[in-house]
Amino acid sequence: MTRGNFVPILVVLGVIVLFWYVMAVVMNAPWQETLNGRVNLTNVPFTEFALQTWGQDKPVLPAPHQVAGAIWTGLFGSAITAPRSLAFHAGITLGATLLGFGLGTLLGVLLAVVIVHNNASDRSLMPWIIASQTVPILAIAPMVVVGFGAVGVTGMLPKALISMYLSFFPVVVGMVKGLRTPEAIQLDLMRTYNASAWQVFAKLRWPTSVPFLFASMKVGIAISLIGAVVGELSNSAGGGLGVRLLTGSYNGQTIQIWAALFIAAALAAVLVILVGWGERLANRRMGVRA
Amino acid sequence: MSRLQTILVIAAGMASLLSIVLAPFGEASPMLQVFAAIGILSLSRLKRPMPVWVDAVLAVFGAWALFDALPLYAVEPPYFWLAVIADWLFAWLFVERLALAIRRGQVSNTLGVLIPVTFGLALLFAWEIVVRGAGVPQVILPAPSQIAARLAASVPTLAADFVQTFKAVLAGFALGCGSGFVVAILVDRSPFLKRGLLPIGNFVSALPVIGIAPIMVMWFGFDWPSKAAVVVAMTFFPMLVNTVAGLNASSSIERDLMRIYAANYWETLLKLRLPAAAPFIFNALKINSTLALIGAIVAEFFGTPIVGMGFRISTEVGKLNIDLVWAEIAVAAVAGSAFYGVIALIERAVTFWHPSVRGGRT
Repeated sequence: MTRGNFVPILVVLGVIVLFWYVMAVVMNAPWQETLNGRVNLTNVPFTEFALQTWGQDKPVLPAPHQVAGAIWTGLFGSAITAPRSLAFHAGITLGATLLGFGLGTLLGVLLAVVIVHNNASDRSLMPWIIASQTVPILAIAPMVVVGFGAVGVTGMLPKALISMYLSFFPVVVGMVKGLRTPEAIQLDLMRTYNASAWQVFAKLRWPTSVPFLFASMKVGIAISLIGAVVGELSNSAGGGLGVRLLTGSYNGQTIQIWAALFIAAALAAVLVILVGWGERLANRRMGVRA
Repeated sequence: MSRLQTILVIAAGMASLLSIVLAPFGEASPMLQVFAAIGILSLSRLKRPMPVWVDAVLAVFGAWALFDALPLYAVEPPYFWLAVIADWLFAWLFVERLALAIRRGQVSNTLGVLIPVTFGLALLFAWEIVVRGAGVPQVILPAPSQIAARLAASVPTLAADFVQTFKAVLAGFALGCGSGFVVAILVDRSPFLKRGLLPIGNFVSALPVIGIAPIMVMWFGFDWPSKAAVVVAMTFFPMLVNTVAGLNASSSIERDLMRIYAANYWETLLKLRLPAAAPFIFNALKINSTLALIGAIVAEFFGTPIVGMGFRISTEVGKLNIDLVWAEIAVAAVAGSAFYGVIALIERAVTFWHPSVRGGRT
């Protein structure tokens, strides 16, 4: 984000928040009128009515400050190990995300190495890897978790496997491209040095592919988080941000849903930014000028 | 013969040999014995090379022999699994040699299709053999044949689910992509808005937007409009970001030419900038085709009328009808691939001028 974009972003965000407050009044108004009708409250002045719609217990659309309040009490209102704490649930989701992301990246790199070095694997694996992503696996993620649970695999691993399935794909595609970046002239130079296949890989192909790896990892970690959250939708006992979404939807706790959503969004942002830092660090060590 | 090929040849021969040695005398399947014997004989290629197709024939014959032997036991003995390994190795060898032959120009390039097909069939075959041969309970993983039988038996249910879910997918996809496209064109006229919206759009594209599903179900009810709303929210931002990027894809020299022609804004947009943006727009359409299906199915977990793919998947898991769940997944996979394929075909027709299409590869 460059400095020149700061003001426009702020303005757009401001407009969104303003619009949100207006929509909160509009969408919560019918229920508030019913409430006021019950206690024979008529002719409420508009300002007071607006404040009422922004302070409902289970609003159709909670106002931004209600969501912010829920996030605040969720994060700091109780001990971090308590099941009421949002930080506790975010931690569960984060663990599954990172495990799945790590496994997915590893699998993706291994597949890419095999594909680049073996023509038959390239031809046989690549079409199926692409086809694997048109399968809406995310849509069956909760069921996969239930299935693993039936075999006795519970906890973090099933969710991590979903994340792995989602995140290996960008890594494979990016790394295959990256490992093939060296030009014929560079490969020829390695030949004249009498370099072994391993040396060509370690000293030429791997370094050239690192920028591609980080670009893929940015995509991969975002979808890993999505995979983990959706994977949690089936097991309300396990905890995690997905469970907060599910229980919130069953109990009509809209504020809880929105708070969990925003925490998930913040988590995604932090993870992507962290990978971005890693990218800059690696690029600087590789001698790339920013 | 490359080193990998030599290793594969020896490994396949050894697996065949062990399979014969370990086979219980008199009661082993004769077909498997024949297969293993030919497998050992194939070691002679270390002296005299054999054509590629011998391996293909061997792999197919092995698969047939294995299927033939499958009903003999409840749980298959070790010699059976050795034959499975030998068969897998022959298939691998075939693929390896075919790829090499194509690279050397000995075999026509169109036969390259056989390689991924062989791999896919080998995977299906391994799934079937392992599930049935090792007696894996149907509750954990049904065999492909069971899934196919279930699929054929419950076509009406699956069709009803498909129609219900695809109403949401198509409506949401059209609305989300359409509005993203229109907003992108509006935003494009204001640099200020563009600088403000683009980073936010990029950011939102990385978020778990799918989480708004429960909220949409509360707002729009149980039927398909709530699912379409989720799909709209998921597809809007990828379309917006890609279209804006695409509208900037035409170079200033091309825009200057349009100015020389005295073209006004709309003419420039229609004749230069939108065609130049087409590859970006199709990229978004392809990403969104998968997202739309996912969004619609996941939203159904939060409440639906008693029909729909997501509903069926979640309820049948509870009833332990895992084969029906897999049939539903197969339908979703085929539908998802077909949706993606149709968009890719339209892309080829529309962006025929793009280097990636002219080169014959997408």
